[in-house]
Amino acid sequence: MTYAAGVDVGSTQTKAVIIDGDLRIVGRALIDTGSSVTLAAERAYEIALTEADIREEQDGVGYIIGTGYGRYRVTFGDSQTTEISCHARGAVHMFPGTHTVLDMGGQDTKAIKVNPNGEVLDFSMNDKCAAGTGRFLGAASAALEIPLDDLGPTALLSDRPVKISTTCTVFAESEILSWLGKGKKTEDILLGVHQSVGSRALALLRRVGIEREVTFTGGVARNSGMVEVISGLLGFPVNYSEESHFMGALGAALFAMDRIRSRQVPAMTSEA
Amino acid sequence: MSTDTTNQSSRPGEPDAQHDSIVGRGNREGSRLFRQWYEELTTAPERGEKAAYVFVMGSLAELLNSFNLNLVFPEINGLQTAVRHVSESYITQAEDYGYNSDVCGYVKADLGLQLRGGDHPMGRIPRPDIAVYTGACNTYIKWAEIWERLYGIPIFTLDVPGPRAAGRLPGRGHVDYDNDLRYVAGQIEELISVLENVTGTRFDVDRLREAMAYANTMTTAWVKILELNQSRPAVYDAVTDGTSYLGVANGFRGRPEGARYFEEVLEELEYKAATGIGTSHDQRHRLAFVGVPCYPIYRRFSEMFTERGGVFVGSTYTWFASGGWNSGYLYDLDNPLESLAEGTLITSREAMNDMFHADRLLADMVEPFGLDGVVFHGIKSCRTVSSGLADSRRAVMELADVGTLLIDSDHMDPRSVSEAQIKNRVDAFFEGLETRKLLAAAGEPEGSRR
Repeated sequence: MTYAAGVDVGSTQTKAVIIDGDLRIVGRALIDTGSSVTLAAERAYEIALTEADIREEQDGVGYIIGTGYGRYRVTFGDSQTTEISCHARGAVHMFPGTHTVLDMGGQDTKAIKVNPNGEVLDFSMNDKCAAGTGRFLGAASAALEIPLDDLGPTALLSDRPVKISTTCTVFAESEILSWLGKGKKTEDILLGVHQSVGSRALALLRRVGIEREVTFTGGVARNSGMVEVISGLLGFPVNYSEESHFMGALGAALFAMDRIRSRQVPAMTSEA
Repeated sequence: MSTDTTNQSSRPGEPDAQHDSIVGRGNREGSRLFRQWYEELTTAPERGEKAAYVFVMGSLAELLNSFNLNLVFPEINGLQTAVRHVSESYITQAEDYGYNSDVCGYVKADLGLQLRGGDHPMGRIPRPDIAVYTGACNTYIKWAEIWERLYGIPIFTLDVPGPRAAGRLPGRGHVDYDNDLRYVAGQIEELISVLENVTGTRFDVDRLREAMAYANTMTTAWVKILELNQSRPAVYDAVTDGTSYLGVANGFRGRPEGARYFEEVLEELEYKAATGIGTSHDQRHRLAFVGVPCYPIYRRFSEMFTERGGVFVGSTYTWFASGGWNSGYLYDLDNPLESLAEGTLITSREAMNDMFHADRLLADMVEPFGLDGVVFHGIKSCRTVSSGLADSRRAVMELADVGTLLIDSDHMDPRSVSEAQIKNRVDAFFEGLETRKLLAAAGEPEGSRR
């Protein structure tokens, strides 16, 4: 059996996925990136190998592609592809009806227009400001002392969201504190935060053109509140799954399997 | 597409003797002239000569040269500090002085320069004796007022009427055009009196005519140079080589050195086109650039494209930062003053049009230049050139089947430049371009790429 691997080194977390010849995920890993990007990539890959119960030298991982911000630090990888292409590929693989992808990560939010093969036709990203990204939710989590995983469910308890006016992630914390000072409930503030982030994402989606189906990927797609807010703003439900967080690594693994099968170097990735 | 930048079949055998002397001459001579210019500025006070501060759009170089004024371009001084990785020091000096971080990076770099007595990596910049500028960039006006307050010098705003509507410029014979022309001509007459007072020299129409003749030579060559990059392979990179040419185009406009330089560059590029010599890197994707270069990481920014096989065959910067002389307007030497007014009117409006309404112009480039993609570069501290880029990008995509990329950074302030983020977008852009080519090769219907 030949396997292919994708390692997605993001600003916050590193993900690794191993797929088999039937394009099924047989191993995965999710760890904090921390200060050593290369080490994080290696650890994630090793964990994924262990979960897949395969040994690289015997079972043969035929090709490894690095993606994400740290893709050039996946020193054991064979080549690199941007997470934009990888999320597109992964999303279309998981949801074949996808025409638009919204990837919300720790420091980037991307709207990606794709064709039925999962190839990128257009994309738009937030500029250097972290407004509208997972970082904004992280600031809310810190200010309200609520774990990240509880943000969405808590926000969904609200029926009277506050209006968060700042788009600056740094100032978000002080605005949240001022709402607390006015006696607003935590869930109302949190829903306001989600709506603020969601409206920024919607603006990015409009730039590439919203075409159904829309698939939500990236770490923030695990947040049920954000899924609901984005769906509400769009007026129809978005695709998401438990694998959303791994979509970049999955896409990289799919590209890696292409390499194994074609045994030629497609021009769209740069060799390590 | 071939990755070979040299068409060997059209240049059989060994390179001829002309090859070594001509290829690369434009960049070498441009660097020499650039150093000469800053040396002239450094020594101008010793020679008892005066300096005029001007800008790239509407510099009136021909008229100022006829008064023997040294031309100082604060925009060029500024970008040189960024290319040499010292702009932040000048910018923060201005911010410490009280200027807001949102103020134009060129303005702050210039203020830092003034506060340290003209000390610049290229030499010592003389103080202004006068500032002359149009309103083509609205910041010019407030910028000149800084020098007025610092030095008590005369400043002259030449108010050039802009386009009446999106991209629409009234032409000769139209009542608006005739009124605009008279309005500009009247101001130039007024400016001549001011220049006579500042320099203590009488206006000499023959000297103006001589400078205009040199400018005509330069303009004729410039238009041909811009068109020459329709060649395959492209004979120069419009962002890197093009910016070098622009430096001479501005600093030596109306001077014999400038005229000769552009004749020689044209000769070099025509030779390269005829013999199939391209730039020094692979050319797999022909691109157009929109905006101002990312000077704080100038070389690295270019490499991000060249290492993926991108070559910029055109750039709107070579249009508006040449002062709109891509319009090809040639002076009528029999009517120098009226023609100077007309040239100023037409080129200033052209420069504004090139900034604000580039979408149609870019779409028109796609076929003759063989464009695969268009790169839009918005810069944080200049809203004038950056506003509307997202809309312009969308418009280009509706008008033409090309890939596009929008990048945000700054032309001066390294604190607003994130190399990793730019690299990520550029890599994804090239992945998209490759996808487009694969789809085209597979015979996918055009609609599937939109």
